[in-house]
Amino acid sequence: MNNTMKKEREPLFSPKNIKLLKNPFNLENPITVQVLGICSALAVTAQLKPAIVMALSVTIVTAFSNLIISSLRDTIPSRIRIIVQLVVVATLVIIVDQVLKAYVYDVSKKLSVFVGLIITNCILMGRLEAFAMGNKPWPSFLDGIGNGLGYGAILVTVGIIRELFGSGKLYGFPIIPEAAFKAGYVNNGMMILPPMALVIIGVIIWLQRSKNRELIDKS
Amino acid sequence: MENLFNLFVRSIFIDNMIFAYFLGMCSYLAVSKTVKTSIGLGVAVIFVLLITAPLNWLVDTYVLKAGALKWLSPSLADLDLSYLSFLIFIAVIAAVVQLVEMFVEKFSPPLYNALGIFLPLIAVNCAILGVALFVQERDYQSISEVTVYAAGSGVGWFLAITAIAAIKEKIRYSAIPPGLRGLGISFILTGLMAIAFMSFMGIKI
Repeated sequence: MNNTMKKEREPLFSPKNIKLLKNPFNLENPITVQVLGICSALAVTAQLKPAIVMALSVTIVTAFSNLIISSLRDTIPSRIRIIVQLVVVATLVIIVDQVLKAYVYDVSKKLSVFVGLIITNCILMGRLEAFAMGNKPWPSFLDGIGNGLGYGAILVTVGIIRELFGSGKLYGFPIIPEAAFKAGYVNNGMMILPPMALVIIGVIIWLQRSKNRELIDKS
Repeated sequence: MENLFNLFVRSIFIDNMIFAYFLGMCSYLAVSKTVKTSIGLGVAVIFVLLITAPLNWLVDTYVLKAGALKWLSPSLADLDLSYLSFLIFIAVIAAVVQLVEMFVEKFSPPLYNALGIFLPLIAVNCAILGVALFVQERDYQSISEVTVYAAGSGVGWFLAITAIAAIKEKIRYSAIPPGLRGLGISFILTGLMAIAFMSFMGIKI
């Protein structure tokens, strides 16, 4: 985004770098293909708002931890790299947590321990180990943003489905009209409960794999 | 005593780490290929939880909480270090896991052979950090409560991973639609198991 950086031989948004941003949305999605970062994610998708906040927080932490670790990658001794990575990630998460507490306190309360659990989110360690340790800072930064948003896309989809069918609202605003309720429509209370998050993700994976046959498990 | 037993049962069945909070899902999905390895990982998780949760509680109560450093000197009474808790908790967990690994390797080679490969995985298992953060959030008052909660959560996690491994071993012979094979069906199975576990809700002893 910085114009002065464009002097480098490779343009900032070369096709290769664009690919880093776009691939995580489909063929390399962190949740449905790489199976990373399911841990702290599903519990926050009962409504859309916490899902969006969580997605943004994860994107920021992934992008900056990728950037920092990638710039330090030649100086970190490989024996203690996990601890170094954890410390960098934990520091970033503390910053995010303090910002959330200061500006969106109600959402921060709803996310409860799950903000702290971004530290052990497998997306972070996975991308740091698989990408940032072996690539330059700028591609790593893009990789972090791409993976964070790819993860966010799934979170938001699940959040929309669960909030719309579970409480008839989106982002807290009523969507399904009163008339529908009067005509006998009932919210599906099951949607708000934890098990449905798992089933919805399972169905998303099914849809994605039936479209992209090369992702199907061999066994 | 009754209270502790109640907490134990609650943390196994109702507040189950996998089915109610989705913590530790990564290793739950990746390592549950056979029952034997799942039991190994499950036991390792219980073991590490029993050490790290009380330790993190002690650190939180005597170092991090607002005014917790009063025992050191009265002038530190208004110091609040709780914003450092994420950093300290994860450092304690990583250090303990490393120590346990070295200790077990030295004193009990058979146990090391059984648990060894799983120990490094556990440092980044969300269930471990999750328990430490839940203990902090729910404000447990005594170390016995914390230990019982940690044991219950560990046993709950152990049950979940053993159950899914057993189901996965059986399901290998079923005709599943190609797109659903592997990951997809694991999610849906976990969802169904979670629904089954919800029937424990409201139990009080």
